[in-house]
Amino acid sequence: MSTVIDRSQADFHRLAGFLPGHQTPWIADLRARALARFAEQGYPTPREEAWKYTDLAPLAGKHFQPLATRDEVVARVAIDDYVLDPQWPRLVFIDGYHVPALSMLPAGVSLAPLAEVLAQSPDTIKPLFTASDEARGFAALNTAFMSDGLCLRLTPNVVLEQPIHFIHIAHGGARPAASYLRHLVLAGRGSRATLIEHYVGEGADAKAGALTSTMTQCVLEEGAALEHYQLNEQGLSVYHFSSVHVHQSRGSRYVSHNVQAGARIARSDLHAVLAEPGAQCVMNGLYFGRGRQIVDNCTFIDHQAPHCSSRQIYRGVLDGESRGVFNGHVMVRQDAQHTDAQQMNSNLLLSDDAEADARPQLTINADDVKCSHGATVGQLNEDALFYLRARGVAAERARAMLVQAFAADIVSHMSAERVRMHLDALIAARLGR
Amino acid sequence: MSDKQTSGDMLLKIRNLSAETGGVRILKGINLELRAGEVHVIMGPNGSGKSTLSQVLAGRDSYQVSADEFSFAGHDLRGMSPEERAREGIFLAFQYPVEIPGVSTVNLLKESLNAIRKHRGEQPMDAMDFLTMVKKKIKLVDMSEEFLYRSVNEAFSGGEKKRSEILQMAVLEPCLAILDETDSGLDVDALRLLADGVNRLRGPGRSFLVITHYQRLLEYIEPDHVHILAGGRIAKSGGRELALEIEREGFAAYERGADAKKAGSSRAG
Repeated sequence: MSTVIDRSQADFHRLAGFLPGHQTPWIADLRARALARFAEQGYPTPREEAWKYTDLAPLAGKHFQPLATRDEVVARVAIDDYVLDPQWPRLVFIDGYHVPALSMLPAGVSLAPLAEVLAQSPDTIKPLFTASDEARGFAALNTAFMSDGLCLRLTPNVVLEQPIHFIHIAHGGARPAASYLRHLVLAGRGSRATLIEHYVGEGADAKAGALTSTMTQCVLEEGAALEHYQLNEQGLSVYHFSSVHVHQSRGSRYVSHNVQAGARIARSDLHAVLAEPGAQCVMNGLYFGRGRQIVDNCTFIDHQAPHCSSRQIYRGVLDGESRGVFNGHVMVRQDAQHTDAQQMNSNLLLSDDAEADARPQLTINADDVKCSHGATVGQLNEDALFYLRARGVAAERARAMLVQAFAADIVSHMSAERVRMHLDALIAARLGR
Repeated sequence: MSDKQTSGDMLLKIRNLSAETGGVRILKGINLELRAGEVHVIMGPNGSGKSTLSQVLAGRDSYQVSADEFSFAGHDLRGMSPEERAREGIFLAFQYPVEIPGVSTVNLLKESLNAIRKHRGEQPMDAMDFLTMVKKKIKLVDMSEEFLYRSVNEAFSGGEKKRSEILQMAVLEPCLAILDETDSGLDVDALRLLADGVNRLRGPGRSFLVITHYQRLLEYIEPDHVHILAGGRIAKSGGRELALEIEREGFAAYERGADAKKAGSSRAG
């Protein structure tokens, strides 16, 4: 049987001449080098510290093939269920490619599918790929195969009133498809925007599944503010790997709302560098597991400069035989005096067979800082459940209310009301049986 | 007062009810009949099973229950979930109301009322009508509207928690309200509010089971029957005069009686 490395090399050989930017030598080289690094190790294994809780062995026997061109994409997919607000500008992607007919691009904003930028003006984004030259594992695979994504460039002081809604559907058509998405967000000095990344779809069928790999790079210049949602609601046969890298300049504010509610294995990496004084970073995470799902959150907040703050709250709701991981590291470097960093992870276990692995870590190399961290694992309060039922509320509805209340600590911080409503409905539907 | 008032249909019928939890038998053969429109008071010393009785009536599943008869408005309570009982009209005002962070009082009231209405085949109440009604009722318990938007019982004082229970009772208008030591810890003003709440709801279709430690609430609420619960049994039943007797002499006679497992009737009287 061929290995994932053999298969990836064969896929690359077949696709290299079609992938966006293939005519540009530096892009072709970047991809080839990334593939070579992936080929050294293949998928990460639990022997690696950052992957100790998630074994990717179930993936080894599966071959998810990237589609060669957008022509292969099945463009007739109903998206009504995924549109949170018809007024919001949106970009809809299927199996790794943009589908213009389903999208609604905003006027007056520099927003384009990445494939277009890679093909037409690649040099404008070249500096953003320097970091990709070291990546391994999924990041390397993503760099080798990235087919499309969104490229958002905000000029100084521009304020986007409405969120930009990115929807990716794992559809797959006739076979198990892999999608490699790459997003770039450049928030110029003093600009403000909201980006909602939304991942849905079941893949070709429940047996075949699909693989979605996505990487987002955000650069926040001085005083820029970005509210960044990631909503993963993919089907239970999909493998979902996402990673976000954020670089923050002086006085910028990055707010992440990371919701993992789908996929057989969902892995979410979030890496923020607070590089200059006064930067603020907020990471809100909410994850749901059921059946045999694994949700693995791995975050790194790097305080490099003084007078920065970070707030991280991650909450997990785990049912069935699912497993939730919070592996969060806050690093306070030597120069980062007067850092204010708080980290908290709480888990709610809804079944005896569910498992939560909490690993909050704090490394402090500066002496004048305010830092705290902690983790809890608990169950639904039986007394509260009885109280609600004694008021006529059905048991399942009472459970949903208590889970909504638990999640409210995260959800209430989301400024997009449509997202809040969507998540309340999601919880009600999940627990309504 | 006289216990020979005009009585309605049988509402609650309990024959030989026993309940145990963790291998400990707490209720040891309770007999109680309560008709529509009646107010019954249950008094008893600590540990006599008063709160267990109220929890068992509301359907708490941490007790193993057996009885020769245990019915409410013709329904066998055994096999009925707490929510089914509530929808049929049983309301328990908790002795220790639970704090539920993240669920607002107004949200609880809405969920609750609409679940009960749905059970009766009625439409959910219009949101504006609902709010108008709730705001009217919250005045009756002398609480500010701000409480509606706070999490259920969270950071409420003892008195506020009790008022919130009375508010819920006033909104849900149950057929049988069980007040589990709702009067404990209330000052005189709050006690009057509680009594007003009960008296206002009192009528041919509505009954009360008032569990209390003290007879002082009975200065404001006129009971039809008073029962003494001791050692997991109804030791004695009577009218208002029984409460006055307890006020004078305490529960000592009943406690000793229960401890010694004395056969025969209680010697108090």
